[in-house]
Amino acid sequence: MSPRVVFPNKILPYLLLAPQLAITLVFFYWPASQALYQSVLREDAFGLKTTFVGLANFKKVLSQPSYIASVQTTVIFSVATAFIAIVLALLLAVMADKIIKGRGFYRTLMIWPYAVAPAIAGLLWLFMFNPTMGTFAYMLRAAGYPWDPLLNGPQAMSLVIAAAAWKQISYNFLFFVAGLQAIPKTLIEAAAIDGAGETKRFWTIIFPLLAPTTFFLLVINTTYAFFDTFGIIHAVTGGGPGKWTETLVYKVYNDGFVNLNFGDSAAQSVILMVIVIALTAFQFRYVEKKVHYG
Amino acid sequence: MATVDLKDVRKVYGGRVEAVKGVSISIPDGAMCVLVGPSGCGKSTLLRMIAGLEEITSGTVEIGGEVVNDRGPAERDIAMVFQNYALYPHMKVYDNMAYGLRNRGMAKDEIDKRVREAAATLGLADFLERRPRELSGGQRQRVAMGRAIVRSPKAFLFDEPLSNLDAKLRGQMRIEIKNLQKTLGVTSVYVTHDQVEAMTLADTLVVMNQGLAEQIDTPMAIYERPASVFVAGFIGSPAMNLLAAKSSQSGHILADGTEIAISGATLPDSGREVLLGIRPEHLTLIENGAAPDLQLKVTAVETLGADTLAHGHPANGESRSSELVARLPGSVRVRDGDLLPLSIDPSMVHIFDAASGRRI
Ligand SMILES: Nc1ncnc2c1ncn2[C@@H]1O[C@H](COP(=O)(O)OP(=O)(O)OP(=O)(O)O)[C@@H](O)[C@H]1O
Ligand SMILES: [Mg+2]
Repeated sequence: MSPRVVFPNKILPYLLLAPQLAITLVFFYWPASQALYQSVLREDAFGLKTTFVGLANFKKVLSQPSYIASVQTTVIFSVATAFIAIVLALLLAVMADKIIKGRGFYRTLMIWPYAVAPAIAGLLWLFMFNPTMGTFAYMLRAAGYPWDPLLNGPQAMSLVIAAAAWKQISYNFLFFVAGLQAIPKTLIEAAAIDGAGETKRFWTIIFPLLAPTTFFLLVINTTYAFFDTFGIIHAVTGGGPGKWTETLVYKVYNDGFVNLNFGDSAAQSVILMVIVIALTAFQFRYVEKKVHYG
Repeated sequence: MATVDLKDVRKVYGGRVEAVKGVSISIPDGAMCVLVGPSGCGKSTLLRMIAGLEEITSGTVEIGGEVVNDRGPAERDIAMVFQNYALYPHMKVYDNMAYGLRNRGMAKDEIDKRVREAAATLGLADFLERRPRELSGGQRQRVAMGRAIVRSPKAFLFDEPLSNLDAKLRGQMRIEIKNLQKTLGVTSVYVTHDQVEAMTLADTLVVMNQGLAEQIDTPMAIYERPASVFVAGFIGSPAMNLLAAKSSQSGHILADGTEIAISGATLPDSGREVLLGIRPEHLTLIENGAAPDLQLKVTAVETLGADTLAHGHPANGESRSSELVARLPGSVRVRDGDLLPLSIDPSMVHIFDAASGRRI
């Protein structure tokens, strides 16, 4: 039995919780229920009449080729973003771990991008690679590469992936640095005495010991790429060219707020909500209880 | 198997901290050399320089007659047992032991043979499929040993391998390590700050202090003829009594005026400031009424069973500087306030120069 603090006042706890609850209610539960409600309704073309249509919106959305295409786009975008962000962060963390002088300085520099808002990050990359005024775009074209992300789909995709990954590298870097520090130095020394060279040590000792961290980041980064990259996409490509960079989240926005198709958009957000819930449950189940050695 | 020779080895950290200030030790093939000393005296640093884990600032380390200063840890063909064992947590016991052999490209069946042999020797045969976290402290310690012995290296290096174990297990493992080392005949360097480990394991004992080797000899020689006050106080438990005194014509006069007449002992020049070193076990109780060399006024008694430790000071003085401990047989009943007549074996008195701390 653990000793518990008992508060005599029965109302105070609820009063203290009230502001938080109110905010959640107004900004989450209410819109969420609205989305649920909207997802089973359909408006006529003039917005004069709404009718109850049951699951018809879901059926329609799931059978749309453009929706399937958006799922594909999202998967490619998320996997690429997570992969690039993790690999580069790991590489940087391993290199930063070797630095002895000015370690703190480099680490601080590495963490900065995380403080940049997604839309700003997107704009930064857009400016650098803007076909008319971007420095890098100029260099690419000077090198003979036909660079035009405003018209070329794969190039646009690469650009948003780069921007999204760049922003997430800092976060991953922090976790990898902490993970590396948690590996006892004597383990590395023992492996060195055991005849393992640097590369071998990385793959047989360091990388396996970082596996829990990597797995955690994989889940976090996928979630990030799914849901938190709206600002970047909005700033860089606006989902274009064509539908090349229209992820599921961006499509909800496009269909609902641009094309004013509320029924479809609501059904899509309900589907997204289900995905979020599933991912979160997965995260709680496996990630919170990270694999621990020792 | 090989000899290990250190020649004037120095280590300076970051251009400022001089952790090891020039140590020369020569360890014959198959011998066990124990480095002992207080915390921070540079034992680990010295060991790590032998292992190749630490750059050698100056001097040379030779293994098997070859200078290995510029070789990495892997090329020195040594094995090391760490204080925290440093087992690979994600590998099974079997793989922990096999790792070093695999890295050296040994054939699979040869690896298997060696690992199973080592496991049998160490009583680990039933644990090969477990991970380190599923083992007790003593078993982990054995795996660390196993990882060292499968390689049949030129030398074993131990850095306080037993300090994470409880007292009983430590005693047991100490004997096992000694037996194992003798059976395998592998030259070993063993770092500890436990003087019982140091005395029992060493063929050659190196007492270190502040980055220097104060004395290098066999454990008994160091116990019998400590070269300095530091060594005298460090080796032996309870520690040697060290009494400030002035030499006189007939013996020594303690700070509080007590005269200790030591007949037969070679005396330094009269009037010289010295420290008298007398081990507690060399103060014997006089039971036949003969004239005592020293009367001990008892102020505290520790009854250990086999021995009784009587703490006190010379009868006619109260000075703190001349506190003494006598180790008496357990059968002797002593109480606070008793006056104990003690005799001192003159051949067991160590005389050190008060200023330099060196033996006279
Ligand atoms: N990487 C380092 N940088 C600077 N100084 C160091 C470093 N490692 C050790 N030292 C210093 O060198 C001295 C000797 O350290 P060392 O670890 O060899 O001591 P030790 O005898 O093994 O002590 P212990 O019994 O506590 O393990 C200490 O004063 C320590 O502070
Ligand atoms: Mg040490």
